[in-house]
Amino acid sequence: MSLPDLTKEEIARYSRHLILDEVGMEGQCRLKDAKVLCIGTGGLGSPLLMYLAAAGVGRIGIVDFDVVDASNLQRQVLHGTSTVGVAKVQSAAQRIADINPNVQVDLYEEALTSENALRIFEPYDVVVDGTDNFPTRYLVNDACVILGKPNVYGSIFKFEGQASVFNYKGGPNYRDLYPEPPPPGLVPSCAEGGVLGILPGVIGCIQATETIKILLERGDTLSGRLLLYDAMAMRFRELKLRKDPSLGAITELIDYQQFCGVPANDHDESQVTADEPFQRIDVLAARDRLAGGWKPYVLDVRGANEAEIVKFAWADRLQPHGEVRAIADDLPRDRDILVHCKMGGRSAKACTALAEAGFASDRLFNLDGGIVGWAEQIDPSMPSY
Amino acid sequence: MTVSIRIPTPLRPYTDGQSSVSVQATTVGGALASLTTAHPDLSRHLRNDDGKLRSFVNVYLGEEDIRFLNAEDTALTDGAELTIVPSIAGGAA
Repeated sequence: MSLPDLTKEEIARYSRHLILDEVGMEGQCRLKDAKVLCIGTGGLGSPLLMYLAAAGVGRIGIVDFDVVDASNLQRQVLHGTSTVGVAKVQSAAQRIADINPNVQVDLYEEALTSENALRIFEPYDVVVDGTDNFPTRYLVNDACVILGKPNVYGSIFKFEGQASVFNYKGGPNYRDLYPEPPPPGLVPSCAEGGVLGILPGVIGCIQATETIKILLERGDTLSGRLLLYDAMAMRFRELKLRKDPSLGAITELIDYQQFCGVPANDHDESQVTADEPFQRIDVLAARDRLAGGWKPYVLDVRGANEAEIVKFAWADRLQPHGEVRAIADDLPRDRDILVHCKMGGRSAKACTALAEAGFASDRLFNLDGGIVGWAEQIDPSMPSY
Repeated sequence: MTVSIRIPTPLRPYTDGQSSVSVQATTVGGALASLTTAHPDLSRHLRNDDGKLRSFVNVYLGEEDIRFLNAEDTALTDGAELTIVPSIAGGAA
């Protein structure tokens, strides 16, 4: 293998690597020759991309179709106040160019799909999974297995993180860990559950470390091990991860949305299903009906912390969506009930639970768009989150 | 045998917020049964309608996945530590 040489500027820039026996000139030239694809430029992708760029990885691909939002900045340190509203791949490219202009950045401002994944992955040595949803995680895994590329995995929830290296030198992959995804609704998303802002920083840095070790072919990677991190207990644990011989070979990409039966990403709490046992009303229609004298009982099914951020003064009761069955007897059966949450996903579940508790479907109304939709479309003076 | 079961963050709402629950049991299946008897709301998160452990919920005895031991028949010794590790997907948004 013939490696590229370093320029004088690069030698100065990477001097702390060059004097390490484990990196040295050969290792740094390997990094310069390396090609890494990062899926997602959010909480995990933020530290990952900055450190890979700073470390001198020669070519970095970035896949993301999202736009920087103010609520991202609590943890997505790659982006900044000045890039709110900018495409995340553009914001990332600007930051990377400032950190290290020697890096070639390939931008893919599109959703990763079964149609484009193999084409996008093909040029890269290592793929790093920094996504926020199950369908893309299974897609990234399967595409890496088909193409024989290592998949550096990290995932987070509230105060807990997981990291591993999949499909590396014949090691286990994501399906060996979890053969199937959870059904929709059983696992809350970060948008719903919240996340400590520093948590993805820790897990993303572990992913960056593993990526660099794979590129350098140095050290012991997390292949065959699942690392668990609990920020509250400040405890790391390690579990063994083995290939599951009962699983069939992965030979083609499938329809991952269908496989997971979930919304495409964390942002979308709502899901439309046919034959729902309740009515749907969007925020504009609800405003008009309320202005016209409609007097439903208003049930807010968010958590208490969310209600502290913003609430409707005219809400009758706050009860988290998982607990509405327990209070069903307290709710009026002779009035319409308007149920709302942040965006409309949890309130739909609450409506279903109330229908199962015997409430008439023509009395139950789900506020599609939720309180955030109301803030955006009707009352911009209300805080959003 | 007294064994402890570590409860991951996503399942703590169903164990009154406890991060660890101690039960008396001689097998992994027995320990999980004691756990869900004490915390019935946890049951549907651990098992499907057929009563099988869900495929996105892994249970470890020490560092080992019980799928590669004797599954739920795996025998427990006093002081054993079980860990429930469900699949989580967050990362970007």
